Parts: sequence; C-alpha cells; structure tokens
Amino acid sequence: MTETPTLSVRNLRIEFPTRRGTLVAVDDVSFDIAPGEVLGIVGESGAGKSLTGTAIIGLLEPPGRIAGGEIRLNGQRIDNLAREAMRPIRGKRIGMVFQDPLTSLNPLYRIGDQIIETIRTHLPMSEREARARAIDLLTEVGIQGAERRIDSYPHEFSGGMRQRVVLALALCAEPDLIIADEPTTALDVSIQAQIIQLLKRLCRERGTAVMLITHDMGVIAETANRVAVMYAGRIAEIGPVREVIKSAHHPYTRGLMGSIPSLEGTGDRLTQIPGSMPRLTAIPKGCAFNPRCPHAFDRCRTERPDLMPVDHSLAACWLVAPQTAEAPQ
Amino acid sequence: MSTEEQGLPVLKTPSAARAAPRGLVTRFFDSDLWYSFRSSRLVVLAGIVTLLMVGAALLAPVIAPHDPYDLRALNLMDSDLPPAWVKGGDPRFLLGTDDQGRDILSTILYGTRSSIAISVLAVLLAIGIGVSLGLVAGYFGGIVDTIIMRIADVKLTFPAILVALLINGIAQTLFRGRLGGAEFWILVLSIGLSFWVQYARTVRGMTLVEKSKEYVQAARLIGMSRTAIMFKHVLPNVLSPVLVIGTINLALAIITEATLSFLGVGLPPTEPSLGTMIQIGNKYLFSGSWWMVAFPGITLAVLVLAVNLLGDWLRDALNPKLR
Amino acid sequence: MLAFTIRRLFEAAIVMLTVALLAFVLFRFVGDPINQMVGQDTSIAEREELRERLGLNDPVLVQFGRFIWNAARYDFGISYQVKRPVTSLIAERFPATFELAITAALFAILLGIPMGVYTGIHRDSWLSKLFLSVSLVGISLPTFLIGILLIYVFAVQLGVLPSFGRGEVVRIGGWTTGLLTASGLKALILPAITLGLFQMTLVTRLVRSQMLEVLRTDYIKFARARGLSDRAVNFGHALKNTLIPVITIIGLQLGAIIAFAIITETVFQWPGMGLMFIQAVQNADIPVMSAYLLLVAFLFVLINLIVDLLYVWIDPRVRIYGREA
Repeated sequence: MTETPTLSVRNLRIEFPTRRGTLVAVDDVSFDIAPGEVLGIVGESGAGKSLTGTAIIGLLEPPGRIAGGEIRLNGQRIDNLAREAMRPIRGKRIGMVFQDPLTSLNPLYRIGDQIIETIRTHLPMSEREARARAIDLLTEVGIQGAERRIDSYPHEFSGGMRQRVVLALALCAEPDLIIADEPTTALDVSIQAQIIQLLKRLCRERGTAVMLITHDMGVIAETANRVAVMYAGRIAEIGPVREVIKSAHHPYTRGLMGSIPSLEGTGDRLTQIPGSMPRLTAIPKGCAFNPRCPHAFDRCRTERPDLMPVDHSLAACWLVAPQTAEAPQ
Repeated sequence: MSTEEQGLPVLKTPSAARAAPRGLVTRFFDSDLWYSFRSSRLVVLAGIVTLLMVGAALLAPVIAPHDPYDLRALNLMDSDLPPAWVKGGDPRFLLGTDDQGRDILSTILYGTRSSIAISVLAVLLAIGIGVSLGLVAGYFGGIVDTIIMRIADVKLTFPAILVALLINGIAQTLFRGRLGGAEFWILVLSIGLSFWVQYARTVRGMTLVEKSKEYVQAARLIGMSRTAIMFKHVLPNVLSPVLVIGTINLALAIITEATLSFLGVGLPPTEPSLGTMIQIGNKYLFSGSWWMVAFPGITLAVLVLAVNLLGDWLRDALNPKLR
Repeated sequence: MLAFTIRRLFEAAIVMLTVALLAFVLFRFVGDPINQMVGQDTSIAEREELRERLGLNDPVLVQFGRFIWNAARYDFGISYQVKRPVTSLIAERFPATFELAITAALFAILLGIPMGVYTGIHRDSWLSKLFLSVSLVGISLPTFLIGILLIYVFAVQLGVLPSFGRGEVVRIGGWTTGLLTASGLKALILPAITLGLFQMTLVTRLVRSQMLEVLRTDYIKFARARGLSDRAVNFGHALKNTLIPVITIIGLQLGAIIAFAIITETVFQWPGMGLMFIQAVQNADIPVMSAYLLLVAFLFVLINLIVDLLYVWIDPRVRIYGREA
C-alpha cells in the first residue's frame, strides 16, 4: 500500500495500574484504516475494543494509560500529543459516535446549540453560517423539518433520531476518521439497519474512514471492508470481511461465526463457545484462548502466537503457523 | 466489565492453592475493604482514635481519676482551677476543674460515655425503624408504600435537629418534673425518631430493585413466604448502604446530642455530657476560664471528625461509584 | 405547567394540614392549657368558666377547625410565659432571624458553589485537598462550638466584634433592620459565619460530588470527543447540569438554616425566633411552640414550592412533562 493510511495503530498497549499489579487491557494491537475504508472491530465486552477507540481519540481515563506503541493519523503521530494539541484533532479530524444516543446529548441544551457550538469550535464561521450548516447537516442525516427541529431538546427526539443527531455532530467538521463505538447496540433492530446504512452512505460520500466497534457480526458483515477480531486485549484475527466470515482461520473467530444464524438456513445448529473470556487478572499462559479452544495443543499452552499471514488475513494461532506440522486435526 | 467477574474456571496459582480453605479472618484481611483502610494513614488514624475514645468511654468508671457523679467528693474550694500545667493549676486535676469543682478530665470521660451510648442507641433505633418501614414499603408497595413514603416526605421537610427538639419539648412537658433519669431515653428517642427517613428511602429503593431480580422471583416460585424472602434475601443486600449511612449518622447523632444538651434540653446539668460541659463553660469564657470549653470541645470535635472520616472511607470503599 | 403548579400547591396544602394537626394536638393535649394560664389560687368555677370561654369544651373537630381558622388569620393565642399575643412576639422576632438566615445562606452559596466546582474539576490539586479537609472539619464541628470559638477569638481575645445581640437597629415600618448601622452589620458577622459555615461545607461537598457525577456522563465524554475546550465542557455543559439537583438541595438547606438558627441565636443571644422557640421549649410555652412549628413549616413548604417551580423553569425535560416522582 503506497497510500498513507488515515489511521495507523502500531503495537498499542494500554495498561491499568491496580493494587494487584498492572492490568494489560490492550496488548500489541496493530492495524491500519485506509481513507474511505470501514474497519470493523469485534469481540466480547472487555476484549479491549472500546478502550482502543478511546485511546485513539485521546480520552483514556486515568489510571488507564497508553504504555507503548504509536497511533498515527494521516502519518502524524497523535498518541503523544499534549492535551491542548490533541483537542483540535478531536471533532475536527476524528469524530466519535457513542453507543447510547439517549445519554450522548446534553439534555439541557437544544440540539442546534450543541451542533453550532461544535461547528464554531472547529471552523471559522459566524453564528448564522453555523446555524445554516447545522440545518443542512440535520437534513442530510434524515431529520425532517430540520429548520424547526433544530430548536428542540434531545428528549423530544426518539432514540433513532437522536443517533442521527449524534452522527450529524460527529460529522459536522468533516473529520477524516469516525470512531463508532457500538452505534446501534442501544437501538431497536428495525432502526439499527437505517442508522448503519446512513453511516455507510455518509462516510462513502465523504471518503471518511470508519472504525466500527461492535459485538454484532451481522453489522460488520453488512458494513465493513475488513474486520479485526479482538480477544482478551489482543487481535486474534484481522482480514477482509468475506474471508473472515466465510473461512475464519482462528478457532475463536470460527466460534463467533458459529453463533450467527445464517439466512440460508442450512440446518446447522448454532454453536456456542464453551466458557467465557478470562479476566484480565488471569490471562492464561500461551494463547489466551487455549482453555476454551477445541484444537489446543501443547505449544498453545506455553507460547503465545503472534499474528501470522494466512491467505489475505493475519491470524494469531499456532494452527496456521507454517512450521506447525505436528498440529493435530 | 461484569462478564469478567464470572471468569473462566480460573487457573489456580500455586499460592492461592496453598491457602485453599481460607477462614473469614484471612478473607477479611485480603479484601478490598481492608486494603483501602490500610492504604490511607488518615483513615487508620481515625480508626485508632475512635477505638481509643470508645475504649476510654467504656472504661470511664475504672480509669477516671474522680467520680463526677459523687456529690460528696466535690469541694467548692477546688472549683475553677486551670489545667495542671498552668500557673495555679492543681496536679490532682490534670485538665482543671469546672465551676462546681468537678474534675474536667473525669467529666469528659463520663460525658463521652453518655454521648456515645445515646448516639449509638439512637442510630440503632433509627436503623430499626427505617429499615423495617423501608422493607415493608418497598416489598408490599401499594397503599402501605404511599402512606409510609408520604410520612417520610413530611418528616423530611423538617431538619433532624428541629424534630429532636420538638419531641424533646413534648416529652419534657408531658413528664414535667417527673423525669428522674428518663432524659437519657428521651434523647435516644428524639434523635432516633429524627433520623429514620434516610434509611427508609434507601432501603425501599433497593428493595424495589432486588424484588424484581430473578433470584427473589425464583424464591417465590419455590414457595417461600414473603416475609422469609424479605429477611433471607433482600435484607442482606441492603446492609452495606445502611452501614454507610449509619456511620455518617452516628457522627450527626453525636453532634445532635451535644447540641440538645448545649441548648439545655438534653441531659440535666447533674449528669455529665459534652454538650452540657460546653454550655457551662461558655458562661465562664469571658472570665478567662477557657479550659472548661476547650477540652470538652476538642474531645467532641475529634470524636465526630474521626467517625466522619470512617464514614467517608466506608462510603468510598463500599460504593466506588460515589467517589 | 399549570397542572403541575396546582398539583404542587395541593401537596403543599396537605403537608401544612398535617403539620397543623400536629401543632393542634401539641397545643390542645400536651399539658392542660388552663393550668398553664391561671395561678394556683383560681377556683374551679373560674377555671370552668375560662374553659368554656376558650371553647375547650367544644368537640375536638370544632376546636381543630377553629385552630386552623385562627392560624390562617395569623392568630396563635397568648403566650403562657410572657402573657402577650404570640403573633406580636413573632412579628418582633422575625426580622432578626430573617436577616441572619439570608446572610448566612448567601455566605454558604457564594463560597460553597465555587469551592465545590473547583474541587470537582481539579480532583487532585492540593487546593482541592485543602478545601476538602477544611470542609470535613467544618462538617465535624458542631455549630455551637464554631460560635463559641469565634466568640473566643474575635470577641474575647481580639475584642473587635461583639459577641451578642444585634447591635443598633433601625425601624422601618413594622420591620427592624440591623443592616443599616455599622454596629448592626458588625454584630451580624460572627453569627452569620457560624450559621453559614456548616451549610457552606455541605454545599461544597454536594456540588463536588454532583460535578464528579456529571463529568462521568456520556454527554460530557461526547462533548470532549467533539473537541470542545475544557472551559466549554466544564462551565458550559457540566456546570448547568450540576446545578439543577443542587438547587433543590440548597432550597431544602434554606429550611435547615432556619432550624439551625435556633443554635446560633442561643450562642449569640440573637433576638430572633429561634431564641424565642428554645425559651418556649424550656418553659413549656405551648402556644409559642406550635406557632413556631406552623410558621417554620409554612416557610419550608413555601421554599420547596419556589424551588420546584424554579426547577421547572430551568430543566427543559421537566418543563414539558412535569416533574416525575
């Protein structure tokens, strides 16, 4: 790839110092997102996907901290920027959408005021111009009668409508990257699809890169170009969305895929991975997934696999390692 | 990250395996509660001070150099003496004497004793009333709930000190001159009755939450009676907030008792109480007898401060969200 | 909005009726009013005649009705102790308490809110720790002890401020004010600090914890993620959300100030209603007690009502749907 990726994360490590020792919540995570690309990040809660998103936008809350690696936005390093230097990047170059639209908007301010405030923070515009732009944005995200609705309070909108407002807010300064953290989880199923379509359309039109964090494989299949699967703070597998869904290389990914019902209805039973993700305080030696893995062998219990290329993907599993001839079937 | 709590069948580390059947004591010393206690020197100090003061108060009859109850031992010749280290002080009376010739140190010991006794009993009374009303209101709901919570609302309109004053005033009027030692219990009653609302509201709220949880519904399905469910399942869950409020209330109760006594409606002047001592000393402040106010005042402030620190710590440790 | 106001008024009326019932029971059944009013040498016939004249032989419900009717017309009977109408006693005493309470409340709010906001935003700065330590000490020192301490330092040792009374007062119509004379203002300083200090620490701690709560919410995180400046986030977004619940509690605290004035007035011999009440309690002067009770309840209910309406005015959610719970 000759083009500079919009976002480039290298060996990111996030730690939480606690009294029982330092917890490594995110470990050695690397990925790129090209302009206009949608990268899905999936995993169970606690896998470190939201933390990765929060770290990129520079809002990790103490005692959590970035303990290693680097984050680059269009080639510029942003993980070590001072507080004040990071602020203009937030909202202007990286937009963020949170899970719950009901709590993302300040209940005491009209939505117009919140949009205008954000626009004027980042763009040299007068109150009038900003207001006009806000109305355009609201219309664009599908709010009918935006001239009127702009003076409403958040509680006067439904959940889906609010998430549209949140999208408008995230997009109002035309950022290069949108981090969408579970943008549809809190919504009704019927509305989820609309919001996902909207997000997809808006970003395609603008060429905005998207980091889509979710635990919903259906949303990923629908939206993403590539997908990264996280498990216990690390990337287990990353690759093109079709390949990961159709022919996953990591047993954990295969387990995840087994839990989505397929439309073809081939009669396969939905499978479930036995057990649950380990606590950060008790990540097993070797591959973190080994106690739950049906294919685990000795090496998995002693040595931690790094990401290894296989087909068009990368997978952190000894099963795909070329020299693992002795791997049992 | 609630899913993490369920965890995998956690791999036993060697040390954990060795300590396998851990007793209650070991578990306590390994708990977050104990850790947060130890990690703040101030809280440890507050704990020690509280223990010392409660100990000294309990042992007052043993360790006090004089008996302020014994009127025959009082000698007006000894009145108004400054502390022993001040010029004119008497080594028999370390912290000086009051206007009646009572030894300040001994009176403080006895006074702390009654302050602590009244406050602890009052808080226990408030907890008893509040928790039972809260449980009943939350569990049965409906009209019972409405009535109890309305009473609580009206009660909440009035500050505790005013309610305590009123109850006290009524009791004093009803038993004019026939009190004969009942002041102690009137204080317990008036302070206890003025503090119950907070427990009732908290417990009611938590009961409503617990009631809807699956385990309580499951308990009902297998045919447990409502009362049994309330006591066996709901009550244990509301204990920690009650403990927090109770500790913070204890400090308030000590202040309230002292205040009532200071206002002259608490314990009679013949019975030692920190509030009464300060009230008496206050009259002699202008004549320069500062020790009559200073020592009971410091005792009171230190006691309340220590209990407050413990209360703050408990609140933060048991409910990290409130930090 | 109108429906909401009417419902609030109705609730206020119920609270007032409950308190009135309490005051009436107190007035009528605690101690025999006749015994309190007449001397030892009054004959039984005279007592009976007085009882009849005062209507004490009427059915209880009639008496309660009369009690409310009288109270509504601001008539609380005669004080047993000083043999004067309770109403005129209160009229004399009210301005002193009112001026003291308002000054103390202003002191508490104007210092407490900024301190709370500061400690909420700068959680770990040394100044925050200082404020919090001071507030913990403030909450642990009983009001009367603070008063005595202030008297000892400023009146006994330094001799710069008076230790009792209101100083010189000016009479304007039926109101006496100490705010217009130098000695009146000087006399106000120590009692107002004494009364306000505890409330100030409460306000500080409350604002701080509320601020911390708000700063943790999603909309604040989202506001930061939109790149708004710290100033805009802290003072634009967080502060407004913080102050809404704070207003309610400060309103309730105003009520508490009136009650705590009892202690302050006793320490400083401040000629207000609190001192009158404590003397009434000590002397079993029931009419004064029940009148005070009703008056304080009325003030509380009034303050609560104002706070509720203010709340509706500030919070758009409530403005539209009416306040829940």
